[in-house]
Amino acid sequence: MYDRQVRRRRATLIALVVVSLILLTAYFGESPGSPLHTVQRGVIEVLSPIQEGASRALKPARDLFGWFGDTADAKKERDQLRAQRDALLKQQIDAQVALRENAQLRALFRMGGNYGLDDYSKATARIIGRSPNNLLRDTMQVDKGTSSGVRVGQAVIAGGGLVGHVSTASGGTSHVTLITDQRSMVGAKVLNRSNRGDIGLVKPSIGDPLDLLVQQLPRDTRVRVGDNVVTSGVIDPRFPSPYPPNIPIGRVTKVDPAELESSNQIHIAPIADLRHLDFVQILTTDPPGGGERAQVP
Amino acid sequence: MTESWQLPLRLAALGFLGVIVQIAAVSQITVFGVSLDLAPLLVASVGLLAGSLPGAVFGFAVGLFVDLALVQDLGVTSLLFIVIGYAAGRLRELRDPAHGLVPVVVGAVATAISTVGFALMQFLLGIEAPVSWLLLRQVLVAILLGALFALPVYALVRRVVSGALPDDPRRRRRRAYTTGGLSPLSRPSQGR
Repeated sequence: MYDRQVRRRRATLIALVVVSLILLTAYFGESPGSPLHTVQRGVIEVLSPIQEGASRALKPARDLFGWFGDTADAKKERDQLRAQRDALLKQQIDAQVALRENAQLRALFRMGGNYGLDDYSKATARIIGRSPNNLLRDTMQVDKGTSSGVRVGQAVIAGGGLVGHVSTASGGTSHVTLITDQRSMVGAKVLNRSNRGDIGLVKPSIGDPLDLLVQQLPRDTRVRVGDNVVTSGVIDPRFPSPYPPNIPIGRVTKVDPAELESSNQIHIAPIADLRHLDFVQILTTDPPGGGERAQVP
Repeated sequence: MTESWQLPLRLAALGFLGVIVQIAAVSQITVFGVSLDLAPLLVASVGLLAGSLPGAVFGFAVGLFVDLALVQDLGVTSLLFIVIGYAAGRLRELRDPAHGLVPVVVGAVATAISTVGFALMQFLLGIEAPVSWLLLRQVLVAILLGALFALPVYALVRRVVSGALPDDPRRRRRRAYTTGGLSPLSRPSQGR
């Protein structure tokens, strides 16, 4: 009885394996239009609606289980996107900085030609530090020093106008005192309509460094809002000017006749955007022939 | 309906629904890029519960159904599932393992036979498939998933076929424990 059972089991097993192999061989060697393929297509036709119904019925369960995988995938994707975002942000910032620096450098080089500064040697320097409190002391540190030919008293320009002068210089860095510093005084010339070129002295007003005053003007100075004020460049003990002549300093913003009458002063705003500079140029040599360049005070 | 038809009918329903659920839902859920394959677990569980012959026949039928439904080469999955069902059944008949984690090991082995065997068969049939570490990792994940789900599938299969089995292994073991040996009716030498 047991032997018969074993024989039956083995026979069934062999039969199943043989049938599988026959199916495999027949199916593999058949063309797509053959009977086995036709049967397979028929089974798929029958099963399709059942599968579709089952798929719809089981969707909630599928979604529930899929939620775990989706959550893990979403977290991974989130981390990747965050890294991508940070990289793009860095690229964007780098691009913006480059654009900004490019514009400033272009302005610097244009300025040389516009104001007759081609005869001067210039050192383009990057600003590497600023004074924290610009109400009293308005200075900046640049990355060029005596090794680049920078000396104390040399004029510093940027952004279409005067910035200040070098107050200290070491081997690789220098400190620039801005025209908005309370210690700063610049000999200036007002380019008014009468073309008389009244001479004055530019100083920052107390409490608002970006509001510059042109003092010691003649009482009969004829000036109006919008007129330009440039460096005088004259050698005169009363108006010490280490700056070459005709560098724009500012534009007249306020003319009060009473103030002009009593205090001999008008208000101007600096042309150079002193709070948003990244680069400056230092005029490192005297022009050929010396011209009317003033002595360093 | 006679009692002898109980088991085949239940197994047919189990195989049909199992493959449909596999295709319609389980295959669409992936864990680390791999989806659980219920079919080898079902076949192994049937083999463990019903024996080698029902296991092999169930494996052949489920394999054929899978090949038909998934438009695969007919006979490939049947061949693999025959091996799985028969081997699981023989394990039950020869060792009668009582440990509760046996289905886990059997499920893992069944999944391994299924995935590795399928890849080998495809290779033998000349279907080019990239063999890489990624494939190996996927096979390992599939085996782990199979081991993880083996117990619930085994419990489900046992629930479905309970009452239709000619000889419940648990009942047989309990009887062996209380009587000091297998029942004379169960001894192979005396026939069943």
